[in-house]
Amino acid sequence: MAAFKSTERYIASRDLEVAVNAAVTLQRPLLVKGEPGTGKTVLAHEIAEALGMPLIEWHVKSTTKAQQGLYEYDAVSRLRDGQLGDERVRDIGNYIVRGKLWDAFDADKQVLVLIDEIDKADIEFPNDLLLELDRMQFFVYETRKTVAAKFRPIVIITSNNEKELPDAFLRRCFFHYIRFPDRATMELIVQTHYPDIRKDLAREALNVFFQVREVPGLKKKPATSELLDWLKLLMVEDLPIEALRANEKHVVIPPLHGALLKNEQDVHLFERLAFLARRGG
Amino acid sequence: MFSHLVLGLRSAGLPASITEYLTLMGAMKAGVAEYSVEDFYYLARATLVKDERHLDKFDRVFGACFKGLEMPEGVKVQDLPEEWLRKLAEKMLSPEEMAKIESMGGFDALMKRLQELLAEQKERHQGGSKWIGTAGTSPFGAYGANPEGVRIGQDKSRNRTAVKVWDKREFRDLDDTVELGTRGMKLALRRLRRFARQGAATELDLPDTILATAKNAGSLDLKMVPERHNNVKVLMLFDIGGSMDDHVKLTEELFSAVRTEFKHLEYYYFHNCPYERVWKNNRRRHEEVIPTWQVLRTYGPDYKLIIVGDGAMSPYEITMAGGSVEHWNEEAGTVWLDRLKGHYRRAAWLNPTPKQSWGHVRSIAMLNDAMEGRMFPLTVSGIDEMTKELSR
Repeated sequence: MAAFKSTERYIASRDLEVAVNAAVTLQRPLLVKGEPGTGKTVLAHEIAEALGMPLIEWHVKSTTKAQQGLYEYDAVSRLRDGQLGDERVRDIGNYIVRGKLWDAFDADKQVLVLIDEIDKADIEFPNDLLLELDRMQFFVYETRKTVAAKFRPIVIITSNNEKELPDAFLRRCFFHYIRFPDRATMELIVQTHYPDIRKDLAREALNVFFQVREVPGLKKKPATSELLDWLKLLMVEDLPIEALRANEKHVVIPPLHGALLKNEQDVHLFERLAFLARRGG
Repeated sequence: MFSHLVLGLRSAGLPASITEYLTLMGAMKAGVAEYSVEDFYYLARATLVKDERHLDKFDRVFGACFKGLEMPEGVKVQDLPEEWLRKLAEKMLSPEEMAKIESMGGFDALMKRLQELLAEQKERHQGGSKWIGTAGTSPFGAYGANPEGVRIGQDKSRNRTAVKVWDKREFRDLDDTVELGTRGMKLALRRLRRFARQGAATELDLPDTILATAKNAGSLDLKMVPERHNNVKVLMLFDIGGSMDDHVKLTEELFSAVRTEFKHLEYYYFHNCPYERVWKNNRRRHEEVIPTWQVLRTYGPDYKLIIVGDGAMSPYEITMAGGSVEHWNEEAGTVWLDRLKGHYRRAAWLNPTPKQSWGHVRSIAMLNDAMEGRMFPLTVSGIDEMTKELSR
């Protein structure tokens, strides 16, 4: 059996590997939580890559209904066609629109389904998918047919913790919480993404980055994806190291901070701290 | 085979079920964890824990169940500064005990004992009442049950590196997992629901469609309406610590009920009386304070404000600038209460102490006046009354 391991582009901790392999082996959904920007969505892409499976992505929004993942019956266009006397109207199957899960169940080989940000949807959303994800089949009322998965897809679900998920749903999943990487892991991640980055630049940038994360009261702490964006900017701009090292003792606004701080209140906070630092000498 | 782990988890309050246990067994059989204890630990964690809040509890139980086996990762205990030990000892001991130890060799004896404990400890140890480590009933160490306990260890993510977090005082955040007895409260709170149609028109409005189609001489004219959503927004301020410790269970029940009942729920903590600052995380209450002004700016008057507190304090804490027991407040509590009340037209105070006793405490009467009589007891019927008042 193909097992999931860290790749050249994605550093997975051992506990994540175990969780993914358990989900793949037992063919149960894997629920991934973690701070925004720690690579939850990217994980699904990497697993699909590693196991050589096609990836079907279902991005959930606040208006998404569970039914939309299965199928939708387009009654309105059927009514219109009925008025216009279209022949297609006799077969109700013409008005059944397939959803992402149907596509996944119908695939001729095992696929990987990503249900992204499940917590965005209504509270009832996970409950409505219980049976479908458990048995990997559902019933189409309009055509009186059951759609069952030819190959049980691997399901990866991500959540940003905006809402509690129901117990019955959780019981059917494996769970993994992506911790924020420590410094050593972070260096590894930077290495894999930018192998040709200057060593000193990476070191100084990580110093600044972890310093920024330490600042109390930040609304949104920068995470891995912000760090990678920022490093890219730094590399493109080719800033001298001194710009980052400006003042080691005090908090300074890092150059090109737009990539790290995504909230104007956070930028204000930094300006205030930098001002105090200057005044304090 | 590992049923004692599951049973241990359940008695520690983790919602592990038979389904999950069987899944774990299935995964073991399929060879996911093979023969490494570390992998088994990760696998069991992925199977049995479904919420990061429980991760720490899980580590504790796992440690207790598989004592003697190799541990997943060691959390190193740093050398403890002597000054801190001294302080800890002062905090820990009653005067009689102090005298007893004094007679046995004074503080140095105690220090020695503490240091012995540290030296003896070779590996991470959780549980038990003797060791310094994480999560024992011993007051030394992190995640203990002792409210006065001083923590050794990290705030929440326990990474490979040992980090010392000396919290000034352990106020545990409210646990919202209390389910018992919340049903009545949920039902009472449900009355606050306010359904409104907002956003994109996604639902077929049948009556309007029929009407429009009839007017259109039978050719179809569809009308859509946005879906109904519960639109109530609630801002809650919780008094925490001090005299509120007696009411923790009740407050947790309330917290648990509101968390599931409202989509737009914001909460902050304060101590005794709301002043110019509140906070979101009790562990970091001294570092991460949020100005009350910011709360007022962020959450508009359409929020309903519910303050939860026992209101038992010195009257000066309400009326005088600088009256707070914790810090120097520039403006008196009443000024802030008026500000909150002026901003949020729908505001109420829930008090966990029984209503009969309110008359005996002067500060409660003062707060009740300040809230214009909108103080209600934290009981199901009190919540019921409050929701009536708030949804008027």
